[in-house]
Amino acid sequence: MSEIENLERIEYEIKPAGNLSLNLSELWQYKELFYFFTWRDIKVKYKQTYLGVAWVVLQPFITMVVFSVFFGKLLKVPSMGLPYPVFVFSGLMFWNIFSSGLTNSGDSMVSNANIIKKIYFPRLIIPVSALLVSVFDFVFTFILFIGLALIVGFSIPLRFFVFLPLGLSLTILTTFGLGTLLSALNVKYRDFRYTIPFIIQLTLFLTPVIYPVSIIKSNWAKYFFALNPMTGAINLSRAGLTSTSVDIIPLLISGGSALIIAVLGILIFKKTEAYFADLA
Amino acid sequence: MKPILEVKNISKKYRINKEGAGYLSLRDTITDLFTGKKTSKKEDFWALKDLSFDIYPGDSIGIIGRNGAGKSTLLKILSKITSPTEGKIISRGRISSLLEVGTGFHPELTGRENIFLNGSILGLKKSEIVKQIDSIIDFSGVEKFLETQLKHYSSGMQLRLAFAVAAHLEPEILIIDEVLAVGDAEFQKKCIGKMGEISKSGRTILFVSHQLGIVSQLCKRAILLNNGALVQDNTPASVIDFYINNHQSKEDQYISENSSKEIYIRSARTLNEKNEQTNSFVFDQKILIEIIIKNSSVARGVKLSCTIQSKTGEYLTTLIEDLEKFENLGEDIYKIKIEYPAKIIAPNSYAFRIALFFPHGKVYDLVEMICPIKIQDNGSNMALFEGVDYGNFILDYKVVN
Repeated sequence: MSEIENLERIEYEIKPAGNLSLNLSELWQYKELFYFFTWRDIKVKYKQTYLGVAWVVLQPFITMVVFSVFFGKLLKVPSMGLPYPVFVFSGLMFWNIFSSGLTNSGDSMVSNANIIKKIYFPRLIIPVSALLVSVFDFVFTFILFIGLALIVGFSIPLRFFVFLPLGLSLTILTTFGLGTLLSALNVKYRDFRYTIPFIIQLTLFLTPVIYPVSIIKSNWAKYFFALNPMTGAINLSRAGLTSTSVDIIPLLISGGSALIIAVLGILIFKKTEAYFADLA
Repeated sequence: MKPILEVKNISKKYRINKEGAGYLSLRDTITDLFTGKKTSKKEDFWALKDLSFDIYPGDSIGIIGRNGAGKSTLLKILSKITSPTEGKIISRGRISSLLEVGTGFHPELTGRENIFLNGSILGLKKSEIVKQIDSIIDFSGVEKFLETQLKHYSSGMQLRLAFAVAAHLEPEILIIDEVLAVGDAEFQKKCIGKMGEISKSGRTILFVSHQLGIVSQLCKRAILLNNGALVQDNTPASVIDFYINNHQSKEDQYISENSSKEIYIRSARTLNEKNEQTNSFVFDQKILIEIIIKNSSVARGVKLSCTIQSKTGEYLTTLIEDLEKFENLGEDIYKIKIEYPAKIIAPNSYAFRIALFFPHGKVYDLVEMICPIKIQDNGSNMALFEGVDYGNFILDYKVVN
């Protein structure tokens, strides 16, 4: 009986490609797969390491120390009145999601090619799960940040916890868009594999991680810098920590730019999706 | 009853990059953009052309055809891995496909972890896996190693674990690619038993295999593809028969280059019951070998021996005949045709050894491993073990109590 009911209920078509819709209901149906792919990547990442999850905090911690010594102490980069370690770490937190998330998700479609060629599931799960690994790492980095603030005796203002989710969303949206875009392009043109480390290296200097955005004086330059959505994200985080107000126009530019990147990423991904198995 | 699967005019085009690389490089595309012509040589290839058929609930269908016939492409389209270029498929049930056992298995994870990962990739819910985990572990027979990393498993163990997970899928339509071609005989039997169970429970199975014996045992219907088109759609027995007689190579007859000997084997070829030359037989067909010799000698008492050799060259059975039995075709040319009985020689590959000799004396001509033949299983008692080297003869035995 139930078999027959099922037959009436489920009916779908397999057609030539050309459907650009996100098909959210299908993604929801496969929601557990997001979890399993993320879980797999996290497990595998730390399985053969001696220090295990300690790496998640060790890496940003060492970066913070090196930056604090060189940029904070020796070069005396201004830090908006914050202790330099807190200042640089508040940027690094987001930056790490961006850099590791982009690396993971940009490569994800190629590294999971053997699965893609053998079974169907909504392909978008792959770059998103790869990004979720970096978001998971962020939880630890954030705890480290709180610890750091306590050690240097900096009390985090409450408003920071309002700005943080905003900055975080902006970071995730940007990384998602760019990561998805690159993962799709990577399947088609392996050239993009080499551009990812390059993009990350360059944008570190174009993003106010080690310096405050206030060193840019001209408004137009500010707007131009805001095209990089990571600028907006880190500014939000810093504005939460200091009592400075947020420049609304650059923030809107960053938000819009992130949105455009995300939409573009999804579109290109969807367009390539049907052929992944043939190309990979 | 509505078909559970309607395949309507499906075609699939691939662009073959003649340079060999499957992917493009950005440079090629950019060069093309500026020069306005294609630097990369590409060719269209239709893996499937205008394929249509219906499948009804509870059907078990075997898809056969030689390599490149489009079987895998069809399975990939049905499992939504790749999309068709033209046409559409209407499906009225959940499709699970097993194009590989252990898809997504990760060597660094333990057996138990891989059950969850593989299960969820195959479309099982976590709760369903939790509910069935004991049964999965039991089926796999690797319970001792569940907490061991998969990289320490033997390939047989990995396969057991993978199939155990797959066996617990409960889709309305199950698509299986030659996953059974591996694994030991006992496990194959277990898998085939499970598949039989699935098809009896009213679910629909699509099964691609080279192992014709298994197809005829397991399926009620068979589809033969050739060059991306449907050639036959009928009962397995008739489709397999058609396939064997029409799609195998007709070469491999032996022709001697050496004509200086006074007595020599001029040619030899194998024939089926209808006297058509073939090197491919089914288990219940007689095998004929036709040998033509040239005898310009006056020597009397010369004999011919004909031996069936296994694919590794061992002598399995030999017969010896007098040249007097040969039919004289004139000009010192003689012909003999020998018929071997059906249903004795086990499905496998064989060849022949033919000699012309004087007993306890001179050997005039001797050739080995000529006229290779392949006997396909079309439902012998041993069909489940096809591909396993279980011997060379299947005798008509009795169980006596």
